[in-house]
Amino acid sequence: MKLKTTLMATGATLIAAAALAQTNMADSMTVVSWGGAYQNSQVKAYIEPYVANNPGLNVITDESSADAVTKLRAMSEAGNITWDIVDVVAADGLRLCDEGLAMEIDPDTMLADAPDGTPASEDFGNTLVGDCFIPQIVFSTTFGYRTDLLSEAPTTVCDVFDTEKFPGKRSLEKRPIGNLEWALICDGVGIDDVYETLETQEGVDRALAKLDTIKDDVIWWSAGAETPQLLADGEVVMGSTYNGRLFSAIVEQNQPIGMLWDWQMFDLDGWIIPAGLPEDRLARVLDFVKFATDTQRLADQAAYISYGPARASSAPLVGKHAELGVEMAPHMPTDPANAVNTFLFNFEWWASYRDDLDAQFQAWLLQ
Amino acid sequence: MSDATLEGPVLSADGKPLKQSLNQALRKQKIRALVLIAPLLVFVLVTFVAPIGSMLMRSVQNTAGTDYIPDLMPNVVAAIQAWDPSTGEAPPEEVYRAMAIDMASAFENKTHTQLGRRFNYEAPGISSLFRKSGRPASGWDIETDGPFKEKFLDIDSGWGNVEYWAAIKANSGYYTSSYFLAAFDAQRGVDGISMKEPDQRIYQKLMLRTLGLSLLITFCTLALGYPVAWLLADLPLRTSNLLLILVLLPFWTSLLVRTSAWKILLQEQGVINNFWIALGFTERLSLINNQLGVIIAMTHILLPFMILPLYSVMKTIPPSYLRAAKSLGASNWTAFWRVYFPQTTAGIGAGALLVFILAVGYFITPELVGGADGTFISNRIYFQFAVSGNWGLAAALGTLMLVVILILYYVYDKLVGVDNVKLG
Amino acid sequence: MASKLPPYATTGQRIWFYSFRVLCGLVFFYLIFPILIIIPLSFNAENFFTFTPAMLRLDPEGYSLKHYEDFLGANGDYSWLQAFTNSLIIAPLATLLAVSLGTLAAIGLTQPHVPFRKQITALLISPMIVPLIITSAGMFFFYSRPFGISELGIQGTYAGVVLAHAALGIPFVIITVTATLSSFDTSLTRAAANMGADPLTTFFRVQMPLILPGVISGGLFAFITSFDEVVVVLLVGSAGQKTLPWQMFIGLREQISPTILAVATILVVISIALLTTVELLRRRSERLRGMSPG
Repeated sequence: MKLKTTLMATGATLIAAAALAQTNMADSMTVVSWGGAYQNSQVKAYIEPYVANNPGLNVITDESSADAVTKLRAMSEAGNITWDIVDVVAADGLRLCDEGLAMEIDPDTMLADAPDGTPASEDFGNTLVGDCFIPQIVFSTTFGYRTDLLSEAPTTVCDVFDTEKFPGKRSLEKRPIGNLEWALICDGVGIDDVYETLETQEGVDRALAKLDTIKDDVIWWSAGAETPQLLADGEVVMGSTYNGRLFSAIVEQNQPIGMLWDWQMFDLDGWIIPAGLPEDRLARVLDFVKFATDTQRLADQAAYISYGPARASSAPLVGKHAELGVEMAPHMPTDPANAVNTFLFNFEWWASYRDDLDAQFQAWLLQ
Repeated sequence: MSDATLEGPVLSADGKPLKQSLNQALRKQKIRALVLIAPLLVFVLVTFVAPIGSMLMRSVQNTAGTDYIPDLMPNVVAAIQAWDPSTGEAPPEEVYRAMAIDMASAFENKTHTQLGRRFNYEAPGISSLFRKSGRPASGWDIETDGPFKEKFLDIDSGWGNVEYWAAIKANSGYYTSSYFLAAFDAQRGVDGISMKEPDQRIYQKLMLRTLGLSLLITFCTLALGYPVAWLLADLPLRTSNLLLILVLLPFWTSLLVRTSAWKILLQEQGVINNFWIALGFTERLSLINNQLGVIIAMTHILLPFMILPLYSVMKTIPPSYLRAAKSLGASNWTAFWRVYFPQTTAGIGAGALLVFILAVGYFITPELVGGADGTFISNRIYFQFAVSGNWGLAAALGTLMLVVILILYYVYDKLVGVDNVKLG
Repeated sequence: MASKLPPYATTGQRIWFYSFRVLCGLVFFYLIFPILIIIPLSFNAENFFTFTPAMLRLDPEGYSLKHYEDFLGANGDYSWLQAFTNSLIIAPLATLLAVSLGTLAAIGLTQPHVPFRKQITALLISPMIVPLIITSAGMFFFYSRPFGISELGIQGTYAGVVLAHAALGIPFVIITVTATLSSFDTSLTRAAANMGADPLTTFFRVQMPLILPGVISGGLFAFITSFDEVVVVLLVGSAGQKTLPWQMFIGLREQISPTILAVATILVVISIALLTTVELLRRRSERLRGMSPG
């Protein structure tokens, strides 16, 4: 948490309480996200400016987004929601919405219009999925590789499955999402048939059999920052993660890492507000989310990490990196040079099949 | 002594019979002891025992979210009892109709995906059926829109799967044995309970791995700890007290600090591997994210728990015994094996049991240095609890582990006595 | 084996004597090396986890305090300091609770006639034995809604974490205090009572000073238990009670930031301080009871 206010919070509580009494907003807010470089970009672009406008507010950060669905289920069952706003991928947003764990939103009243007056619903366009999800970014899950430890650079995602040509460990996410799709693509299934194939048991077995061929060479990650760390330490020669994490390793930390954009998997990430928050906390969160998802703030975030803003109106405002001054556009997953082969991750499909495939994938992992 | 006291009971100073008075004093003492213990006892019962007890109950409660299955789908539960899965036929229309009613109200209460998740533990694949069917079912009119069998089959042909319906029928009560079956790698199919395919028996494998690695780690701590404890017991007190600090410092150092130290030492570009390369070797060693890493780190972390009880036993063995054996003509080995070693078995038992008990429950170290094949049953429980959210299975696995631990604890109490645990 | 090699030792005995010492030396090295190696690495001027050439040359340029400055928030990130503060709030409160209840109970347990003494002791020591993952999973749900009453919920509060940590620290207090009490001469309390002291006076003026070293040792054990604990706080606490171990665990699982080394060094120093205190207390009480030459 990059906030001096946290430290001053105890002292400032009295003053803050007095100031907030009129607006009736909570003076503390717990923001849950994914940790690492991504959470830093949110702190810089959203939270620090917001706290500057709202002195005395104590923002607590948590890094539990990867397990957000389960944790919210547990909190809801226990009747004690300690989170105020949670950053999740679209598929998790849909699941939480279905289960009544996330609050339904109305984009046009709760979110800011674009500067030219375009209503939020139009500005966000088709990134608004489900009734609860407040989109922030378009990101992709893709591969990075060590430029100095491999004799040649991998060119297709299927090189990940080629341990003879590219010996060494690789890191993959410890869940079926993405891995099963890539396995099928590299096993010869056509792009458009991937999800249809995965609906059958034979298709799942086929994908797992393909993953079996590299299972002994895989280190499984569960947090987005692990692959950049494993790459930097030379523990793996290639690994999947979110593209922005690789960007910070390559551009900010000058690590000898290259991007493999082939069949990168596009996905959306955004906020949900847990259902059933007390009035004062809800007022605080709604105020924050309106601020944090306006056109300028979404563009600001892209100055810290290479994710595309979810608003159409933010795109023209994306420029250079806030500290390093490098042009951000070539690092975006949507840049034409990077987006030759892209795979549209089907979060609707995953929301339906996640439980089934998770169980099978985890059992396979332990075999 | 007068005659009177010989005939009647012995009296104390206040004239009451001595026996009664002693009993009273004893009762008073007992009560005073209990009064002193009571606050802590209540505290431990409320903050520690009750939470564990209530968690273990989850291993048999048949719930989805906060509610029991029969409360969430009363119509299906009532209708499905008459259906016999062993006929191989899908259930009759009444069951589908009941499902249409329950599905609509579940969708209304946003519990339909929770129900799907619950049955998905028993029949993988069923979760997506519930998710897909909630919205359509909420729009049906129960009186006029039948038959519902076709309507469900239109949404997904999976609704015709006998296995799915059998899973619903088998888990339609308030309590279920299915979590324990899963924890034992068994399953309930259309034709009764059977073990899963050998390559699907993951919990058996994990349980054995946990016990096997813990045993190996216990053995390693004994092999390394025994000579050290012996040396400490044999050296003059001043020297041994100094050396004892080398044992106690790791004992007092944060588990996370020690685990992170091992992570830094063992990784491929870490201190040990760099030293290894500097020695002229070309292959880097794979020391972390595998079982080897867990063994190295956990042996280090648990070693003090072996050395301290061994040391406290060895300290009490007079060195003259060994000298006597040798002067009677015993070889060094015979003197050690026949005279010294038998006297240390109590220490070995105490140390080994304590290390083993602690190792079986380890979570943090395997999580951070274990990789895929070095994880313990605790890691799986954490996964089921915090990541996958299958609390029933987590509770069932936790119950099994707790039973193992309590048996070991009982043995420890019989052999060593819980009041004899030594802490430095 | 003998502590000194006799002058008449044979060559074989000599080889055995020295190889045994070398073996023990290696085990001591294994015990202590991983802890000590962290300390120089924490002064690394780079963000690496291994010795840089500059460090090996003992070049002052290779060393810096930057990881310590980061811990204190020099880079604008106060999360470590905040976590440290939380640990310093939680651990002493948990210790206080464990020590006060634990000492009373230990006195009760060492009375001459206690019904179910063995069973009660086994129960009170069990928090040390039951795997933390089981304890913390149970606590999560129970503390959220104790006995089904959500108004009593303490999950995600300081109170919840303090109670949970106190429960974990109790076995250590029981063990150390009963050990001290078992060597306590009970005729002293009787003597005090004979001279007209009421039970409270007896306790504070006679018994307490003598068992104090045991109580303090137990307290330090309870303190370090809470101060190091991560599994329970991850489940019973919420982000608002993020402690130092929590922050370290997240750092270790994701990105090993070199700040962890600085934190680890600080924790090692704290451990050394606590260990020294306990050792001094132990020796003092042994000396008082004439058990050890000192």
